[in-house]
Amino acid sequence: MPTTRRQFLSLTGGVTIAGTIPIVTMRPLQATPAMLNTAIRNVVGEAQIRTGKVKLDIPPLVENGNTVPMTVSVASPMTANDYVKSIHVFNEKNPQPNIGNFYLNAASGRAQVSTRIRLADTQKVVAIARLSDDTFWQVATEIVVTLAACTEEMN
Amino acid sequence: MAALINVPAKAKRGDIIEIRTLTSHIMETGFRHTADGALVPRDIITSFTCRYNGTEVFRADLFPAIAANPYLSFFTVAKESGKFEFEWIGDNGYSSTASAPITVE
Repeated sequence: MPTTRRQFLSLTGGVTIAGTIPIVTMRPLQATPAMLNTAIRNVVGEAQIRTGKVKLDIPPLVENGNTVPMTVSVASPMTANDYVKSIHVFNEKNPQPNIGNFYLNAASGRAQVSTRIRLADTQKVVAIARLSDDTFWQVATEIVVTLAACTEEMN
Repeated sequence: MAALINVPAKAKRGDIIEIRTLTSHIMETGFRHTADGALVPRDIITSFTCRYNGTEVFRADLFPAIAANPYLSFFTVAKESGKFEFEWIGDNGYSSTASAPITVE
């Protein structure tokens, strides 16, 4: 019996659906803002986060997301009883929300850290500082990325 | 593994000095695929520590979002002559160390 159009379509349709299942079950490739919030809460706990004191220096327009210079500094006298304990940097849309945790102490002299980061997309970067009195201060910056990191194939 | 360390050779006691470090490492994110679809396993440096005459002065947790060949710059107060020791620890048992002397007068 020759295959009818209906049979053929139901067959290929089934194959197509089976083929899409792995894609559907893959975990999201981008950190959602919810993941960003969870990552921040993992560090901060229930404490209140205030805006200010922290300064994030990143170029607002980035051509190549594979290496983006970043400097975080915190306005702090860095004395024995008023200093920055740690600086935590997060992103919104990379596959994973953390960028780095940096631990300082009273002997650091200046609360400033520089490094180079990867950005997978145009997104928000958040820096949070924990001071010696266990208060948290944050700053958020929006960055436009034209060539994204992470997504290219390896040769 | 090759590391590039920049510490001032001389400093006055109490000066705030900048320390810059650069080490060569691929920092493979674990999110990339080869052309035939296989996932490239993660291979990154996860931790960096700087000790000044044995005391920890700076530590960092690194994530895949740190660019290849991790560069880190930070500050400390010059207290006494001695040695800065740097240690990078990563996936697959990766470990690398470097040191730099300083004279404080």
